Amino acid sequence: MRILKALLSTVIAVALVYALNRSWGVVPALGSFVSPFIGFWQNAEKPDQLQPQDLTIGGTRQPVEVLFDSLHIPHVFAQNDHDAYFAQGYLTARDRLWQMEFQTHAAAGRVAEIVGDRATELDRYNRRLGMGFAAEQSVKYMMQDSVTRESIEAYSAGINAYINGLKPGQYPLEYKLLGYAPELWTPLKSAYFLKYMSGVLALGADDVAMTNILAKYGPEVTNDLFPNYPTHEDPIIPSGTKWDFLPVYYLKSPMNPVPGKNGFALNWPRHDPAIGSNNWAVAAQKSATGYPILANDPHLALNLPSIWYLIQLHTPTLNVMGASMPGSPGIIGGFNQHIAWGETNVGSDVLDFYKIKFKDNSRREYWHDNKWKPVTRRIEVVKIKGKPDLVDTVLYTHHGPVMYEPGQKSFAKNFPVGYAVRWVAHDPANELKCFYLLNRAKNHADYRGALTYYGAPAQNFVFADVNKDIAIAPNGRFPLKKKLQGKFLLDGTDPNDDWRAYIPADQNPHVKNPPRGFVSSANQSSTDPTYPYYLNWQFAPHERGSRINRRLTAMQHATADSIRDLQFDTYNIRAEELLPKLLSHVQSGSLSAAQKQALATLQNWTYYQTTAELAPTIFVEWEKRFMDALWGDELPDADSLPLRKPSADRTIRLLTETPTARWFDDVRTAQKETAADIITSSFRAAVDTLTKRHGPQGAGWQWANTKATKISHLARLDALSALNVQVGGGATVVNAITSKTGPSWRLVVELGPTPTGYAALPGGQSGNPGSPYYLNMLETWRKGQLTKLQYLTSPKSPGNYVRWKLN
Amino acid sequence: MISILIIALLSAVAQLVLPWWSLALVAFAFCFGRPEGSGRAFLYSFAGVALVWFGYALLQHIQTNGVLTSRISEVLKLPANPIFLLIITPILGGLVAGLAGTAGYFTRQALMPTVTVKS
Repeated sequence: MRILKALLSTVIAVALVYALNRSWGVVPALGSFVSPFIGFWQNAEKPDQLQPQDLTIGGTRQPVEVLFDSLHIPHVFAQNDHDAYFAQGYLTARDRLWQMEFQTHAAAGRVAEIVGDRATELDRYNRRLGMGFAAEQSVKYMMQDSVTRESIEAYSAGINAYINGLKPGQYPLEYKLLGYAPELWTPLKSAYFLKYMSGVLALGADDVAMTNILAKYGPEVTNDLFPNYPTHEDPIIPSGTKWDFLPVYYLKSPMNPVPGKNGFALNWPRHDPAIGSNNWAVAAQKSATGYPILANDPHLALNLPSIWYLIQLHTPTLNVMGASMPGSPGIIGGFNQHIAWGETNVGSDVLDFYKIKFKDNSRREYWHDNKWKPVTRRIEVVKIKGKPDLVDTVLYTHHGPVMYEPGQKSFAKNFPVGYAVRWVAHDPANELKCFYLLNRAKNHADYRGALTYYGAPAQNFVFADVNKDIAIAPNGRFPLKKKLQGKFLLDGTDPNDDWRAYIPADQNPHVKNPPRGFVSSANQSSTDPTYPYYLNWQFAPHERGSRINRRLTAMQHATADSIRDLQFDTYNIRAEELLPKLLSHVQSGSLSAAQKQALATLQNWTYYQTTAELAPTIFVEWEKRFMDALWGDELPDADSLPLRKPSADRTIRLLTETPTARWFDDVRTAQKETAADIITSSFRAAVDTLTKRHGPQGAGWQWANTKATKISHLARLDALSALNVQVGGGATVVNAITSKTGPSWRLVVELGPTPTGYAALPGGQSGNPGSPYYLNMLETWRKGQLTKLQYLTSPKSPGNYVRWKLN
Repeated sequence: MISILIIALLSAVAQLVLPWWSLALVAFAFCFGRPEGSGRAFLYSFAGVALVWFGYALLQHIQTNGVLTSRISEVLKLPANPIFLLIITPILGGLVAGLAGTAGYFTRQALMPTVTVKS
């Protein structure tokens, strides 16, 4: 009996410890998680947690001094480049370790390893896309450059110095929640990070839908509804700019693409058009300071921890400040004593699909250039928490990986089955070298030189310097294509359809000191149609760019504050162009009282999308319903047959030029609808929907409430996110804050003998939800204000800094 | 009372250097070495560890102005109020210690039976 009691009680105690020491599905290991000794309690930080320190961590060549300012921005004073990057790695890891590792795990297809089977297909997708292949190519290439190798190795060593000093109780919160441990950093992980950014910014592809439309309606309708240049455009390189080079060669127009016969019946998460960005620089003659002023705000998914990490790096030969991306050494956008620069995304077509003809079902050879060529195989081993490994074989052709083979099911359904993926990010490039050189650039020539190293994702690099030059360049590797090559799916057997070369880097579009006195970009068309090379048939719509250019044209005596005001501009040119046309067709006699009230609100609207306005709520809902009503019958986007709608630009032209076009009729009904019918019924539906969703027209319809901007934690945990942030803006306005996307940081730099930088982050410097610096900058960002950056010149700078020494 | 304090002290020291579940070893060993009845073994172990876990958690909560407690409560699908975790934490720690202490007592009785000491 005694023995039984002893055994039983011991078994119970051991079982409880076991149960509390492991995670169960999404429930963390509760024992360790709530333990005040090693659990989440340890992650909470005191307001004055950061104290002056003399740290001996090893790895620096000479002592490094770090000054943390009141926003927790570190200012690194090192005696050499190695130590600067080592310190950057150490400090970034200290504030952002989980984020930087998780992003590289995601790119590497290693999420299932952490969260289990629910991420297996996501991991397979990233692996089959060739992220590993691409990162390995890139790191090999980057490490051949001694300067890049030194910076990336020093950065890695700094991260590892931090990781090696960690005890489990000090792991970032998310490791404790998800129940795993950080692993050592390698240069390959930095390469994975760069590919991750290409995945975010350079995977837009409508090739499948366009091919389906071509098959359904033929070339004439396709070209009419999906024209190759918009009606309204205000290109980045001002129209009429002369090209100062002789093109390498002109390629003939494409043969008419042949739509495939067997179904590419797929759906996929479309490239989010709200992911874009703004940047511009005004010339000295337009500024009050007598020097150029530069601005940048990259729009990305609004995430926590904040995407960017602000830092200053100072060595005897370098003094640069701005935003870095955790995982990558150096500064991505910012300024030094001489220049300032920033980026927005270029929507060039750098992703194409090639139909592969295999010799037989063994799929060991494929047909290309009139011969059978060998397929190579890459084995991907997906580790899955709680399950055996999944071994996946990916077939590679010279085009790239065959994402999904005939018979397989496409996961993200991004890509057609049976096609090889040709993607610019598969080719090795040394983006880090570009940033290394930009960080040290002194003038326009240095900037142009730096850009030649950049591969992907292509960016519009804006530039201004203390010599009063301003410039902009849509830059990156652009495949040298036939006109419209890759608008549709391509034939993988014909070498004429291959990518053969890139546009020479010095012939990428660029402009310096244009007569209008400013340069700008907002993801719209890079150039007017006179540019001798083909980049893409579609770009982001023109509205943000047009609004920026309209205001900059009018602007004189610009200051940092007038530039800041433009970043926060909420005027919606889409509404200015589309709404009067819609309103003119509404059959108001048929409206209910509530609908008439909403109509009056729209009629009195001045097109500003500020927080308390009701009209943006009505307009955005109406526009969506109108587009669905107009195009949903002829071009329904279904899982079984992906199609897409024409652009807003084309739709507005349709309303203006051919209001009796056949497209207005709803082919699903017996009677014949006119434009007025479609417009009126979609308006009624929009108002009814809003009433159902938010009650009768009133405060519940205020734009900030219905938009409900969310800044989401990377692990999708609402409790660690910022919900219902009260901000204006919208997808087609300069202040491009939507429900989930927006300015991931804002930068304004006044060039001059001493540059002055201003910035805002939708979050904070720390990635720790238990830190006072996790969300402390959000309110400034929300209100459209900027904080002046402390651009220091000496570690002895007086002021209220927390001073560290790294030995 | 003194037993509670000893368990509290020993378990706290153990957890500073060993994994969190070392508190179970401490409770087991203490009740093995100082058998005072199964009910008391549970009670003293529970109280000793719960005291430490509550005190240390509360200290960190107050020092950090509760910056994280409510958020974690929501992560665990509890209401956004620090009180829940301030209660659950000591109960969890105490329960592990209590069961381990009881096991220690019964094991002692199985191997080297004692007459219960009244203290």
